[in-house]
This record gives sequence, C-alpha cells and structure tokens, in this order.
Amino acid sequence: MVVLYILVGIVGGLIGGMGMGGGTLLIPLLTIFCSVSQHIAQSINLIAFIPMSVVAIIIHAKNGLIKGEYFWWVALPATAVGIIASLIVKDMDGKLLSACFGYFLIVLGVYQLITAIISCVKEHKNKKKKLDKGEKV
Amino acid sequence: MMKKRVRNLIMIAGGLGVGFANGFFGGGGGMLCVPLLDKVLKEQTKVAHATAMLIILPISIASAITYVVSGYFDLRLTLIVGGGVVAGGIAGALLLKKLRSGVVAVIFAVLMIAAGVRLAFF
Repeated sequence: MVVLYILVGIVGGLIGGMGMGGGTLLIPLLTIFCSVSQHIAQSINLIAFIPMSVVAIIIHAKNGLIKGEYFWWVALPATAVGIIASLIVKDMDGKLLSACFGYFLIVLGVYQLITAIISCVKEHKNKKKKLDKGEKV
Repeated sequence: MMKKRVRNLIMIAGGLGVGFANGFFGGGGGMLCVPLLDKVLKEQTKVAHATAMLIILPISIASAITYVVSGYFDLRLTLIVGGGVVAGGIAGALLLKKLRSGVVAVIFAVLMIAAGVRLAFF
C-alpha cells in the first residue's frame, strides 16, 4: 500500500511539475485508487503543494517570470475567500464534497480538452505550412 | 490596454473565484488562475504559469492550516504521498520541455473527465 501511495504522489507531482494541474489529478487518484477520504485527500494536496511551489517560485523569480503586482490584487482576496471556503467544507458530507469535486473536474477537463485540441490543430497547420514551403519540420 | 479600474476589478474578482475553488476543492486553483492571467489579463504563458504559483501558495497555506485545525490531517499519509509529489514535481519540471505537447494535454484532459464522471455519478 505504501508503494501505491508513493506512486500516486509521483504521478501527481509529475503532472504538476509539467504545469498541468497535478492536484486535480492527485486528489481523485487518492480517493479512487487508495480509498482515502475526500477531505484528507484535499488536505494532503494542499500541504504537498507548499514545499514544491516554494522551490518553483524561487527558480521562477530568479528567471524574472513572477509579477509581484498580482500578489496584492489577486492572491490577497483569493486567500481570504480560500479560508472561508475551507470553513464551509469543514462540516460538509464527504460523499457530497466528492460529487461536487467530480463536477469541478468535468468542467476543468472539458475546458482543458478544448484548448488542447485547438493547440493540436494549430501545431498541425503550422507544420503543414512549413512543409508546403519546403522547410524542414 | 484595459482601463486600470476595470483591470483591478477583474483581478480581484478572478482572485475571489480562484481562492474559493482552491479552498473548497483543496486544489485546482492553478487551472483557473493560469487562464485568468494569460487569456484575460494577457500575460505571457510562462509568466502566467509562474505567477499562478505565487498566487496559489498563500491560499494553500491558509487553507491547509484551516483543514488541519478542523481535524483533516493524516501525518503519515501526507509525508508518504508528499514525498512522492516533491520527487515527481522535480522530474516533471525537468521533463517539461520534452514531453509537453498537445497530445499529452488531450490524454490528461480525458483522464480528468473520466475521473470527474466517476466521482460525480457513481
């Protein structure tokens, strides 16, 4: 079981490190395959994100990719509401929360699918254009 | 260029949405935050991904504290899974350039929808 937990963590981390929302996959992996409760899975994801993001933020900041302006305008109101949402969830039934999470995943997944398909089509068109011009791809 | 007041309002409203989702679902805020930054506020994709982390970090710290205080905490499980996440995260960041393509994103989206359907309806 421990091996499975570590594997699930690695898969979640891999997807997260690739910038495709690791937590959104880590949480269902934990609840579906490891029968972890929804609340605990969410708590694990929140905590696991902290050390990973601190390292990533330091690297990104050195590369000049972080815009501090958003900390005040976006992160502060977000944090306040985040605490309120965590308190609402506190007394919620685990099954209901899990179902809500499912709907949230479907919405995110459909959005992701549409953007991914659009970028696939664009990539393909660019390749074709280059081929038509006789360039190497 | 957007008017400054409109832009400020969008930032605050977007932040409220991202914060609520991330606190309520314990994750997923980044997947809302990145499009907010690059599609709506017109930042470069790289900047959007990096800055989204800066925005999600304080939300995660505050929400994590709230969850732990509410009794939703499993030290052993958190350490085991968290260790895997950190190791996978580093590997993922290094592999990013090689693997990330439209096809991977499509597979990932389908997986998300499948997991969502399973949780929502079964």
